[in-house]
Amino acid sequence: MTTSLALTPLEWEALGLSLKVALWATLASLPLGVLTAWVLARTRFPGHGLLNGIVHLPLVLPPVVVGYALLVLLGRQGPLGGWLYDSFGITLAFTWKGAAVAAAVMAFPLMVRAMRLSLEAVDAGLEQAARTLGAGPAKVFVTITLPLMLPGILTGTVLAFARALGEFGATITFVSNIPGETRTLPLALYSFTQVPGGEDGALRLAIIAVVVALAALVVSEVLARRVQRMTQGVDTPAQPEPRHV
Amino acid sequence: MSDALLHIAVEKRVGSFRVDTNISSGPGITALFGRSGAGKSTIVQMIAGLIRPDRGRIQIGEDILFDSARGIDLSPERRNVGYVFQDARLFPHMSVRQNLRYGIDRLPKAQHGDTLEKVVELLGLATLLERRPGRLSGGERQRVAIGRALLSNPRVLLMDEPLASLDAARKSEILPYIERLSADFAVPVVYVSHAVEEVVRLSDTLVLISEGRVAASGAVEEIMGRLDLSPLTGRYEAGAVLTPTVAGQAPEHHLTRLDLLGHDMYVPQIHVDRGERVRLRVRARDVSIALKRPQGTSVLNILPATVSEVEADLAGAHVELALRVTPAPSANGRAQTVLARVTRKSLADLALAPGKPVFALVKAVAIDRHSLGGHGLGAKRNIPADG
Repeated sequence: MTTSLALTPLEWEALGLSLKVALWATLASLPLGVLTAWVLARTRFPGHGLLNGIVHLPLVLPPVVVGYALLVLLGRQGPLGGWLYDSFGITLAFTWKGAAVAAAVMAFPLMVRAMRLSLEAVDAGLEQAARTLGAGPAKVFVTITLPLMLPGILTGTVLAFARALGEFGATITFVSNIPGETRTLPLALYSFTQVPGGEDGALRLAIIAVVVALAALVVSEVLARRVQRMTQGVDTPAQPEPRHV
Repeated sequence: MSDALLHIAVEKRVGSFRVDTNISSGPGITALFGRSGAGKSTIVQMIAGLIRPDRGRIQIGEDILFDSARGIDLSPERRNVGYVFQDARLFPHMSVRQNLRYGIDRLPKAQHGDTLEKVVELLGLATLLERRPGRLSGGERQRVAIGRALLSNPRVLLMDEPLASLDAARKSEILPYIERLSADFAVPVVYVSHAVEEVVRLSDTLVLISEGRVAASGAVEEIMGRLDLSPLTGRYEAGAVLTPTVAGQAPEHHLTRLDLLGHDMYVPQIHVDRGERVRLRVRARDVSIALKRPQGTSVLNILPATVSEVEADLAGAHVELALRVTPAPSANGRAQTVLARVTRKSLADLALAPGKPVFALVKAVAIDRHSLGGHGLGAKRNIPADG
């Protein structure tokens, strides 16, 4: 018996679901991530340390604990989950949306960390200069701060995406392991290891996971380098010197 | 001046350091001059709204930028104050053109094109427009920063040690531009510096800052000629500023003849129209004193004068004297003072004391281009290539 590398329909489904969950988790948490990074890097207030701690908590807590906390908070009977269902008819527990929430929460610290580091590297003197030129805080943020922290936003996004793609503990605790709904790639892989004869499937999914993660890292590296050149104020080599008559 | 444009009366405590100043400045270039750490930068940052004073009032014309008593504190973007930083602070992700245009919306739209063109021309930026700041030299960066500030239509332009991080060659590349911009753009400039050559060359009004306070303010020649201030203006570099007018050229000797209260003075040739007033700084250590008009000397500049003040409190072998130049009959004009540094021995040998008539001897070669400045020079001089 040879190992076939072709994916079965069920495995395709798991891959597609994983990409969907990770994409939504990343995109939805992006604005909040930038905001949190900005608050942590540029403001000081009582409770600053506490906020920092809460943001980083998922990094150090057992994922199962995060998943359980989400279940308690966001389950149909939970305080937040009940309100979401009653007001908007949204159910998170045991749905793919819940999986995205779990992945987002687990990936959030990585995203914020990368963004905060690059934001702290942005020279506040440039922001001051922009203000003396007549730009209000919002314009300064959009035209100066945001473009200059772009490398960090990119890195944070890719890290978060990769982390979301591999989320396991919080997901299985919060939304269980339902084929076609919440059985993402890691969960499918785990399921394969739990049944006799599942080794081939597990191997195929493991390879896919490696390929997707690697691709994400390479793409981010290429993008980051390009953006870095842009924000360091140096022309890209491809651009010809302007000619003057 | 009663039509002073900028009024600052502020207090600010930073740690144990206290800034407490009261400055009024009019049109032209006002220099805030003092040692590093004297509080000059703190003052201009308060004008721009980058530092908040503890109390006081800052006003441009009728507009109040800050008034602690009335709870007014305009944010930097609403102050219409241009700021040129020592480190240029160009936006690295934008081209030179985009940098220049960043604050242009404060200009009426109809003036955008013309003003951009004028700034590009004045500062020689045409070949740099499409480049990125990362590929510019220090001098080019600073020129772009000046242009960017001018294009934001400022009511006052603050320049915070704009040349301090440049080498001598880059400095002399930029100085002529700064001399011209205040006149060309009719914008008052507050120029912060600890370099006496820049101040003498550029400023119309000099405000001497020491330990957060205004030690003196007035016309450059008046402040620089005061012996009591020479510890603040720089002991080693102490020197008075004279304002003669150009009387003629002596091209065969590569000299320019100046008229100082009816007396001839010669300096290395400068290209300024006859009748223009120039400003030149004569260092105290380049001035000697004689009791009789010397004959057969190589010294070209011999000015009759009267000792007006003796500063003998210096440690060591030196004393400094202020000499008031005696006007020739029929000459009129502002009083001119020369500072001289001589040894204690000469002071005693020549019995120098206030009221004593003497001759001040100044070697023409001791006056270099870097000591020359003034309105006429800035606007009309063809800057000769050094070399």
